[in-house]
Amino acid sequence: MGKPRISDEPVFDGFKIKVEELNLYYGEKQALKNVSISIEEKQVEAFIGPSGCGKSTFLRTLNRMNDLIDGCRVEGKVEIGGQDIYQKGFDVPYLRRKVGMVFQKPNPFPMSIYDNIAYAPRTFGIKKKDELDEIVVSSLKRASIYDEVKDRLKESALALSGGQQQRLCIARALSASPSILLLDEPTSALDPVSTAKIEELIGELKKEIGIVIVTHNMQQAARIADRTAFFLMGELVEEAPTTAIFSHPQDERTLSYITGRFG
Amino acid sequence: MSRKGLSRYLGLSLKGVTYLSLILSNVALLGIIIYILVDGMGYLTWDFLFGPYRAPDLISIWPAIVGTLELLLIALALGLPIGIGSAIFLSEYSKSESKLVKAIRLATETLSGIPSIVYGLFGYLVFVVGFGWGYSLLGGGLTLFLMILPLIVRSVEEALVSVPKSLREASLALGAQKSRTVFKVVLPSASSGIVTGCILASGRVISESAVLLLTIGMVVNKVPGDMLSAGTSLALDIYYFSNFGMPEEAAATSVVLLLLVIFINLLALLAERLLRGKGYGKA
Ligand SMILES: Nc1ncnc2c1ncn2[C@@H]1O[C@H](COP(=O)(O)OP(=O)(O)OP(=O)(O)O)[C@@H](O)[C@H]1O
Ligand SMILES: [Mg+2]
Repeated sequence: MGKPRISDEPVFDGFKIKVEELNLYYGEKQALKNVSISIEEKQVEAFIGPSGCGKSTFLRTLNRMNDLIDGCRVEGKVEIGGQDIYQKGFDVPYLRRKVGMVFQKPNPFPMSIYDNIAYAPRTFGIKKKDELDEIVVSSLKRASIYDEVKDRLKESALALSGGQQQRLCIARALSASPSILLLDEPTSALDPVSTAKIEELIGELKKEIGIVIVTHNMQQAARIADRTAFFLMGELVEEAPTTAIFSHPQDERTLSYITGRFG
Repeated sequence: MSRKGLSRYLGLSLKGVTYLSLILSNVALLGIIIYILVDGMGYLTWDFLFGPYRAPDLISIWPAIVGTLELLLIALALGLPIGIGSAIFLSEYSKSESKLVKAIRLATETLSGIPSIVYGLFGYLVFVVGFGWGYSLLGGGLTLFLMILPLIVRSVEEALVSVPKSLREASLALGAQKSRTVFKVVLPSASSGIVTGCILASGRVISESAVLLLTIGMVVNKVPGDMLSAGTSLALDIYYFSNFGMPEEAAATSVVLLLLVIFINLLALLAERLLRGKGYGKA
């Protein structure tokens, strides 16, 4: 616990995501059917689709958060940077450091703002105060929330507004210096101003890291995503550059969805 | 009466009942405390607390103070680590569907409902007779430990279960190991529930008398030499004094018992602070 690891960490060769014929079952129920997709580094990929089509489920296979669910079974291959992340004995905590996640509802720890951000670095064994300070400040700055909280780092994170909490959660995810960030409807609980801030933030972050975002808001996908994937009933129907998906989708189910005929 | 009128009437009368019970319980509590203080305070002398016991003119509760502290020590030193550990195992490391867990849960629920005199009988048969220890503080402490164990397991488990899943997910998604998640996120978030459970458990130990009558005897006049000697406790002393025509002594002992309870509560508050760690916000 908390010791810096050196030798047994998997070596990722870049952070391209490659999924081949993925099937996922919750008990008897199949939630993902034969999903294959490639996601390049340092770009924004949006997942859209009606409720219950498996977007969150698929997102959670990318950092193995589904491992936590009893009775969840995964078949197929998920490769990140050339490593099969479902191979036996794979260092899952290390995977989650490199593939960070932000959830739909802000979930700050009931600790101070500082301790929220310092949590991950402390987990990796960083103890020196100046090193921690530096990570905390830079993470908060990258999530563009530093100016709002710099005078109250020792206060509880729960006292922040919902939008601030969500950016704090993004800062917390960044403190682990991930190379990919998974966002599950990060703005669905927020007002338009906070939403705009987070969208702007995503534009900044993608210069350095890859971003996969689930969203119900098609304008949002159109605004921020380089490519968009459309899911329906556990299947990946279509994946293409965002402009192409919205202007001339290849599949008529995609067309019906984006023109609002179902879902 | 119309439906609306009825529900308004019900609402009002429920409110009345609530206030009445609030007043009654507070008045009763205050009454008890005042009664005890008035009766007992005057009797609290150095000799009564710490002096030797030489009946009939020198009465002291020092043996009971020593006995109570020893009982607390034995019961909590075993009960807290084992109880909290089991609760952590049950709620964090086992599948809640498994047969074993269900069996354990049923057992703790049943055990925490058993009247204490039954535990006393068990302690008597096992420690006093079976092990041949005779009346002993150790036997009493062990019996109390068995009695509060299910209580601690249940209350701590409840506190752990009420910690939202999203906090566990947040920690794991940052690459934290399970153990770190449990000890740095789940336990601190559950700290107030855990501390409440521990206070309740110590309260049971301090106030217990039935179990002790059968396991440590009621030797009010001798400071216990070691864990294996017979002894007494504050609660037993109160019983003894009031039974043998010494109501003032009984009241004075009650004052000490009350103070001990307050002291334990303060200690628990401190423990909660420590468990939460610094920087833990109030909001
Ligand atoms: N823990 C679980 N156990 C069993 N079934 C689940 C579980 N989580 C999700 N499912 C099922 O898997 C399917 C996909 O769910 P998922 O949460 O991935 O959908 P989604 O596309 O994210 O929907 P939404 O847009 O509403 O968030 C749904 O039918 C859901 O009922
Ligand atoms: Mg979802």
